Amino acid sequence: MLWRARDLALDSDPARRFLPWLLAMIVFLAGIALAGMMSLSAAVERWDTGLSGTLTVQLPAPARGAGNREVEAAIAALMRAPGVTRAHALDARETATLLEPWLGTGALMDDLPLPRLIDVRIRADAKPDIEGLTALVRAAVPGAVIDDHKKSLDRLIALARTAELVAGAIVLLVVIAAIATVIFITRTGLAMHAGGIEILHLIGAADSYVARQFQGQALELALRGGVIGLALTALTVFGLGRAAAALGSGLLPDLSLGPAQWAALAGVPVAVALIGMITARITVLRALKALP
Amino acid sequence: MVRFQNVGMRYGLGPEVLHDVNLHLAPGSFNFLSGASGAGKSSLLKLIYLACRPSRGLITLFDADIATLPRNALPPIRRRIGVVFQDFRLLDHLSVLDNVALPLRVAGARRNEIGDHARELLRWVGLDDCMDALPPTLSGGQKQRVAIARAVITRPQLLVADEPTGNVDDSIAMRLLRLFEELNRLGTTVLIATHNENLIRRTAHPHYHLSDGELTGPLHHGETVPRTAAAPAEGHG
Repeated sequence: MLWRARDLALDSDPARRFLPWLLAMIVFLAGIALAGMMSLSAAVERWDTGLSGTLTVQLPAPARGAGNREVEAAIAALMRAPGVTRAHALDARETATLLEPWLGTGALMDDLPLPRLIDVRIRADAKPDIEGLTALVRAAVPGAVIDDHKKSLDRLIALARTAELVAGAIVLLVVIAAIATVIFITRTGLAMHAGGIEILHLIGAADSYVARQFQGQALELALRGGVIGLALTALTVFGLGRAAAALGSGLLPDLSLGPAQWAALAGVPVAVALIGMITARITVLRALKALP
Repeated sequence: MVRFQNVGMRYGLGPEVLHDVNLHLAPGSFNFLSGASGAGKSSLLKLIYLACRPSRGLITLFDADIATLPRNALPPIRRRIGVVFQDFRLLDHLSVLDNVALPLRVAGARRNEIGDHARELLRWVGLDDCMDALPPTLSGGQKQRVAIARAVITRPQLLVADEPTGNVDDSIAMRLLRLFEELNRLGTTVLIATHNENLIRRTAHPHYHLSDGELTGPLHHGETVPRTAAAPAEGHG
């Protein structure tokens, strides 16, 4: 009995009932925003790694004359250009696989006049002259088009970075909301337990002793809410990942998280609990300065 | 131990409730503070147990000038002072044992020492049969004894009691007085504020008298309060 009881009757506070649920929602929102941010970062990383140092040459559809001879001529022209290490012509099956997310499978593919594609690899340190390369290939195969991915990739990455910033802003707002909630509840507790605090103060309790009562409660309630919020986040992220995988569409980025990302998500409730504890401590210490 | 020099006190912007108070409590002394209700006894005690700051004058406690001490130096001084509040100020959600142990916990005493000491003290004040009871279930006299046990558990150098016999009959009042005297014999300086003149007359301890914020004393056994000081106090009943 002697050590289980808190000196202040904080356990009877009405705030104790709803604070964990409030913080659970906060942790859930922060977790979802963070998971989205990490998924996007990973996707951008994959796109960047996958597409940098590559070019795609598009030759007109065979109906307009791009047969194997034109493909070979284009490859020969490409291989003469400085920095080009490899030029590989995609066959009909590979092209069909690329277009599958948009056109699906089936006989339709055979009826369409699909262009011939050449996947070109550039040395990592080379800066290809796209205009010069286009002129070179067009001299061999008129109507050829070169896509260096950079423009479209840059736009995609800019969009993803914006989404990341928005997610980061959400995390920041959620942290501010958590701090404001803890400040409000701590101040309510200070007002409710003013009599008990005065007794502790008069029998010689240092401000830090009183603050420990509140910070301990804030830590406990925030951890409880954090665990609930994390469980909801994990269920949601896992469910979305499964749903995206079941959809099987190449249009959607991979939403699954790696072990490091799951560990980062697990850190959210701990971070919120620590923020809650520190906020409660600072709030109490500031308020106690008013006592003599 | 305690020295007041020309101390004045007011609450906020209100009128002064203590005027030019000069007081000296020698180490190991036993003193009474008398005066009618509203005379300023509680205000004077609040200055001693550092619940308030004076609006003027000099207060020296344990050879330290209180006005010059930083705020974080005050808790250790408060821990050297035991206080029995007029309204007990027990924490209702804590058991009698936990209430009595509170000053030791605040002082950071070791866990095993706290329990043994608190139990021993509760036996000393005759409350060993209700250690686990909550304060709201106790009588006024029992609460008073819990408050006294809490005030003395750290063996304070100075004990300040505000009307400690106000809620008990004469026989219990005398028993509590004997308890304070026992502590005093162990070296604790005692100051008891009371309006119970009988209690003061039945002992040989010096007493101070407060009337309309003005302090007279020390008065020794048999000495009466001068008329100029006594007259206004009697007017308050």
